[in-house]
Amino acid sequence: MEISDRNAGWRKELREAVKGKERTDIPRVKMPERHPADRVKSQRLEVNTGLTAGMAQQEARRCMDCIQPTCMEGCPVSIDIPGFIKNIERGAFPEAAAVLKRTSALPAVCGRVCPQEKQCEARCFYTEKLKKEPVAIGYLERFAADYERESGQAYIPETAPSNGIRIAVVGSGPSGLSFAGDMVKKGYRVTVFEALHEIGGVLKYGIPEFRLPNRIVDFEIENLRRMGVTFVSNFIVGMTQTIDGLKAEGFKGFYVASGAGLPRFMGIPGENANGVLSSNEYLTRVNLMGADMPEADTPVFRGKQVVVVGGGNTAMDSVRTAKRLGAERAVIVYRRSEAEMPARIEEVKHAKEEGCEFLPLTNPVEYIMNEQGRVKQVKVQQMGLGEPDASGRRSPVPLAGSEYLIEADVVVVAVGVSPNPIIPDSVAGLDVSKWGTIVVNDETMESNLSGLFAGGDIVRGGATVILAMGDGRRAAAHMDRLFHTQERP
Amino acid sequence: MNKILRKRNFSDRVVQMEIEAPLIARARKPGNFVIVRVGEKGERIPLTISAADPQKGTITLVVQKMGFSSTKIAHLEEGESLTDLVGPLGKPTHISKVGTVLACGGGVGVAPLLPIIRGFKEAGNRVVSIIAARTEELVILEEEVRKHSDEMLVMTDDGSYGRKGLVTEGMEEIIKREKIDLAVTLGPAVMMKFCALLTKKHNIPTIASLNSIMVDGTGMCGACRVTVGGKTRFTCVDGPEFDAHQVDFDELISRLGAYRKEEIEKLNR
Repeated sequence: MEISDRNAGWRKELREAVKGKERTDIPRVKMPERHPADRVKSQRLEVNTGLTAGMAQQEARRCMDCIQPTCMEGCPVSIDIPGFIKNIERGAFPEAAAVLKRTSALPAVCGRVCPQEKQCEARCFYTEKLKKEPVAIGYLERFAADYERESGQAYIPETAPSNGIRIAVVGSGPSGLSFAGDMVKKGYRVTVFEALHEIGGVLKYGIPEFRLPNRIVDFEIENLRRMGVTFVSNFIVGMTQTIDGLKAEGFKGFYVASGAGLPRFMGIPGENANGVLSSNEYLTRVNLMGADMPEADTPVFRGKQVVVVGGGNTAMDSVRTAKRLGAERAVIVYRRSEAEMPARIEEVKHAKEEGCEFLPLTNPVEYIMNEQGRVKQVKVQQMGLGEPDASGRRSPVPLAGSEYLIEADVVVVAVGVSPNPIIPDSVAGLDVSKWGTIVVNDETMESNLSGLFAGGDIVRGGATVILAMGDGRRAAAHMDRLFHTQERP
Repeated sequence: MNKILRKRNFSDRVVQMEIEAPLIARARKPGNFVIVRVGEKGERIPLTISAADPQKGTITLVVQKMGFSSTKIAHLEEGESLTDLVGPLGKPTHISKVGTVLACGGGVGVAPLLPIIRGFKEAGNRVVSIIAARTEELVILEEEVRKHSDEMLVMTDDGSYGRKGLVTEGMEEIIKREKIDLAVTLGPAVMMKFCALLTKKHNIPTIASLNSIMVDGTGMCGACRVTVGGKTRFTCVDGPEFDAHQVDFDELISRLGAYRKEEIEKLNR
């Protein structure tokens, strides 16, 4: 294709126009962001304000347009990274967005929430060979997607003529949306069922608006709607209607992307005290139910001293939300060292700028409550680092006699999630692991039941947006193949 | 849309609503609940289903004005619609033939108890029901409960209707009189606590249906966690019914009051 062909005339000219040395001398662009003192005033002001066209083109110029782009190997959905970046360099922004959309249903989302420093940017020529800061692939992805959206001339991907085959998607999070987008392009009649009253799954209830504004998610959903995807909210597959019931109504294929349903707790004394809650509950009350706004009916605890347990993105989202809800002190308590934190580097940086405190190598052992049953203190112990564990990270080891108390009126537990049991419990004969995840063929994403595919956190038990989307794409490709095989005489 | 087809005021504070919900009406079983939301800024609150008519495609809910959101729902009129309704949720009641069942409902808890009474009766059990309330005007569904029970006793705290006394006094009398194989208790947490203490003394297996605070109702938030037999369980996906003798009712009562301060602020805004 002309817009992404490395040997196209325009691209050759572009490569020859600027010398390599000149490209590598350009410093990496800095993402413009709101001042910390301003941004902590609202849950709904995006922190990163996005690159200007000039900044994006300058950054795109840094990309060497490698013959063998290793960055693409770092991307779970193999986005044509040099292809979209070179379109930005030449100023063809809508074309850049079109290249992105070929492989990613949600580029404006991925540009904001992907852990680029562990994926594409970790494999960039600058990182690997020059030991310099990588090309800001994530910022550029966001720029192209935002430019297209704001231009008001969004490109709606073409869809094949309808084949009339009805497909049900369980869950409207990133995995379900990405699957739905691919299947509707292939001509299937796709219906997405969502348990909550809003479409978008974790992109709506989980990720706060200061990181991913809802209007961006809604825009992507609207595009899918225009392509022909039907969305049904307030519908719990397995409860409102079973998979067998949907089959009887004519649905032929199923993609289960019901997400990671159950928040994990640590099983320590006092954990059921009032004021101790899961990050899922805390973030859902604010992000989905709007508890940060005075006109919302849903309450949320506005703690003065908030302790957040965990070191992932959800923990960062929670601690920064606490600041925005007026916490005087918002503290991350994490059992490993900061180097082992799974959160994106940018989220840690932003949290620190906003005045959140970090207590690494610290682990809660007990919650102490007042006479009314409300948490008032967290007993923590200090940890040392031992031998590497199964995750390859050095394992935390408690230090004897190191316990002390931290004052806290709200504690948010963000230590991971377990898979939602509703589908595994409601489908007879479905192969489920001892952890409650649905067992699928790694390559095709099909379960042991023909025509029932699954992906995202219900299979992985807790992963990233981009991996969940990758699963959706693979499942779509293989479900399509399955129907083609069946149609053959 | 989930339109309110019929509304009946049981009292100033308690209303019954028949709501259009064809899929839920077909899928629901005794013990299931739904999540209801009213208004674009509305809160999601759980309500247990009191009856369903699969032919008509309706479910019946009974709502007591307790806090901000239940009052908002109770103020909806016939012809108006709920903004959101989702369900059925929770594990249904395990209904089988056990012999004699003692069903104890308190206040508005009588409404979700009704389908459980019917279920046990239809499964061939002898069902003795006690419905209790603080005062006469809070006694609900007396005729319906009587119709589906072998025997029924009404108790009020103040003696304004039926027998004067707490539900446990009525229970004690029946337990003394005949062998009870299973007790079911549904009502305010403090009432269920004392029912459970009594049946434990008499070694009668007892189930309680809990009314925890929830946000999503599908296992995602964990607001509804409760200690049962020393383990943390989620009322929404593991319950709402548990072995009443294993439930930590004091913790449940404390957790039900978690947002009392925020609730009062909201009512006064």
